[in-house]
Amino acid sequence: MDSLPHLPALRRGKPYESLEKTDVLDHSTGKVVAQVSQVNAGILKKDLQRIGEARAALRKFTVAELVEISSKAGEFFLNGTLPLGDRGHTQSADDYVRTLSGTSGLPHVMVRRNMAKIHYALTHVQTVLNGLTRGLPFDVIDRGYGEQSGAAVSYYPTTQALGLVMPSNSPAVNSLWLPAVALKTPVVIKPGREEPWTPYRLIQAFIAAGAPAEAFGFYPTDHEGAGEVMRICGRALIFGDANTVAQYRDNPKFSVHGPGFSKILIGEDAIDQWPQYIDLMVASISDNGGRSCVNASAVVVPRFGREIAEALAQKLGAMAPLRSDDEGAKLSGFANPKMADYIDGAIEEGLKTPGAEDVTARHRSGGRKVIFEGGTFLQPTIVHCDSFSHPLANREFLCPYASVVEVPEAEMLSVIGPSLVVTAVTKDPAFTSQLLDSPLIERLNLGPISTMKISWDQPHEGNMFEFLYRRRSIERAE
Amino acid sequence: MTHSTPEAAQAQLEAHLREIIHWHFSPETGSPFWLNWAAKAGWDPRSEVHTVADLQKFPHFQDEWLRDLQPEVWVPKAFAGRPFNIFETGGTTGMPKQRIGWEDYKTDYSEFSEKISDEHFPRNHFWLMMGPTGPRRLRLAIEHLANVRGSSCYFIDLDPRWVKRLISNKQFDQAKAYMDHVVDQAANILKHRKVSGLFTTPKLLEALAERVDIWDAGIRGVFCGGTTMLPQYVRFIVEEVLENRIGFYPTYGNTLMGLAASVPLTPEDQYSITYYAPQPRAILRVVDSENTAKTVDYDAWGRVELTTLTKEFFMPRFLERDEAIRRKPRGQYAWDGVAEVRPFGAMQKNIVEGVY
Repeated sequence: MDSLPHLPALRRGKPYESLEKTDVLDHSTGKVVAQVSQVNAGILKKDLQRIGEARAALRKFTVAELVEISSKAGEFFLNGTLPLGDRGHTQSADDYVRTLSGTSGLPHVMVRRNMAKIHYALTHVQTVLNGLTRGLPFDVIDRGYGEQSGAAVSYYPTTQALGLVMPSNSPAVNSLWLPAVALKTPVVIKPGREEPWTPYRLIQAFIAAGAPAEAFGFYPTDHEGAGEVMRICGRALIFGDANTVAQYRDNPKFSVHGPGFSKILIGEDAIDQWPQYIDLMVASISDNGGRSCVNASAVVVPRFGREIAEALAQKLGAMAPLRSDDEGAKLSGFANPKMADYIDGAIEEGLKTPGAEDVTARHRSGGRKVIFEGGTFLQPTIVHCDSFSHPLANREFLCPYASVVEVPEAEMLSVIGPSLVVTAVTKDPAFTSQLLDSPLIERLNLGPISTMKISWDQPHEGNMFEFLYRRRSIERAE
Repeated sequence: MTHSTPEAAQAQLEAHLREIIHWHFSPETGSPFWLNWAAKAGWDPRSEVHTVADLQKFPHFQDEWLRDLQPEVWVPKAFAGRPFNIFETGGTTGMPKQRIGWEDYKTDYSEFSEKISDEHFPRNHFWLMMGPTGPRRLRLAIEHLANVRGSSCYFIDLDPRWVKRLISNKQFDQAKAYMDHVVDQAANILKHRKVSGLFTTPKLLEALAERVDIWDAGIRGVFCGGTTMLPQYVRFIVEEVLENRIGFYPTYGNTLMGLAASVPLTPEDQYSITYYAPQPRAILRVVDSENTAKTVDYDAWGRVELTTLTKEFFMPRFLERDEAIRRKPRGQYAWDGVAEVRPFGAMQKNIVEGVY
């Protein structure tokens, strides 16, 4: 057995070793831990001409059977020892934690939390599908037609395959595509350059659970190849920055996942009790290393802005990098140190505009960017802004970062802009009503609920069923 | 031309070199440019250049000379009065480099004809060229190649200068539409005419194969050139586009050199293509880009330096905008080869190659 694992591309499930490979490196030592075969866009185009075969392989199963397979895959993913590449290596759950932690910079404890989320999503696909389909009987999807609440219904697939251009920043984002398998839709995955592990392990878990291998495409590729995934697949999930979101948002082919700009709002009726909510804010800002789109990146309050910023800075300023296997580790290292440089530079640039202060600077040890045991980390940053129009008031970075801004309650909803999650701490009926009416909020938490909380039976960022299936009108002669 | 040993090839090359130097620097036969150059340089290459190593006495050939000067300065006196072809180089914008010529392209491509098989390019049949025609030597060269094999050739033009401009301006939709337009025309020819041999660029070949089953369309041999072909891409072309049943002949060349053919791939090559210059008419060296007098070691990367040695054109030590791996002599080629050619500095920056 070769000592270095090699992850081949999976072309409708079949391993393909390319002559071009990239190295996956440990984020702190720079040591090569695996090689990944890279394919060109032409290979994707070639394979996608026959993607109908992958769909046919899934159609042999009922949705109920695929739900069961998904559930078993969840157990394999969380606990199993699964094939790793094509050179005889295997990967236990602990191996996965260590390897992913080493290459992504996520501490073990966070990798495990991400694993738990994925496990939950896989073992609760039935619940998820019920939520997404509003209780549609699964045999309607199997047969293409049926009845729901006494009415004739028919659904048809919108695509032969779901394309996925995955990011490297957080393994749990893979949970977004998991229902596609039970919905009989093959997946064509371009993994993130630094995070091939999770999609590869998920595919192996599905195959071990009985899913047909040909339903899975794993195509490490370049920018052109990623473009082909998006162009050829009838539906695709894309992750990117605000520019990417703006480019694809209005195209129904794409489900775009960009910055969340998630926020915590405190109403006038609750603001005097602000100290009670500091721990909620800290968790919303910093859980999962502050890397999720559901992490809060702004705290908007009618009063006590400076006091709240100070209290958050005290708590978050104490967070420093720890060893990746430390159970108390809260910060994630950067697989690509240039990303840390960019973020640090962007915050410093923003601070040059008058009206903002990095309050954490007074509370943390060292600078924002630190090197710890060879890895690059960004320590938490709380910026107090004197206006929501300040360039740092509504920014999101791949680290624990949030602004604290005072805005009168009556003006909050007119300034906050699109927000994936809003946690609104208020009991005021009028403000609650305005929040419920707001088209800017994808998921609304009423009361002191972390922005990180996800309800799997409710879509928080697009509805995968409605993305992959469309309803048609149907009539059948007796 | 084949040689049994590198020594024999070297001896033959140096005899040719002396003949060419004598030709271009003699008042009875030489061109105005080189005669003036020697007068200003204050030394006579005829008495000082006898070996390939002596070529180091020349500075690098400046490409501005081919842009700024009128083409007639390159006419050897022995060719005076004979109309010449004016060929232009690749896909840049602005004033292109121009090389004049008479018979060189025919010599190069007649020789190349001996390196392609009748199985892949049946004689007395039809060819299609889909690629840069216009002012390029390639246009006439491909037609000549078809003709010497008793064949005729259809042509679909592609203007690489326009493609480069579109890509540089990030007008990717326009570039794609133009590529579709080119491929549409080729597909149309294949649909309505009998064609067995194809010359094109790798990207156009890939696009054509997405549109047409090129085996069913009658294509048996593909002669390709124009852009970087890294090993994985070559494998993709051979295995997936040509499905291991259509002959594939990658070449490296340009208007200034002629045509460097590749040796047939073996499993040990791992799809890494090595090209050999048409010695003695051209010499390719892989040099240290920081010290171009130094040839890099075998299997090391360096910048490609071209010397062209024909009676029609003398061009010493021209630094190409390409880099490559230096390879040992092989097979019928008893001189160094260049492998995995790619744009110079490709690892440091993005370089627009487009479809050409």
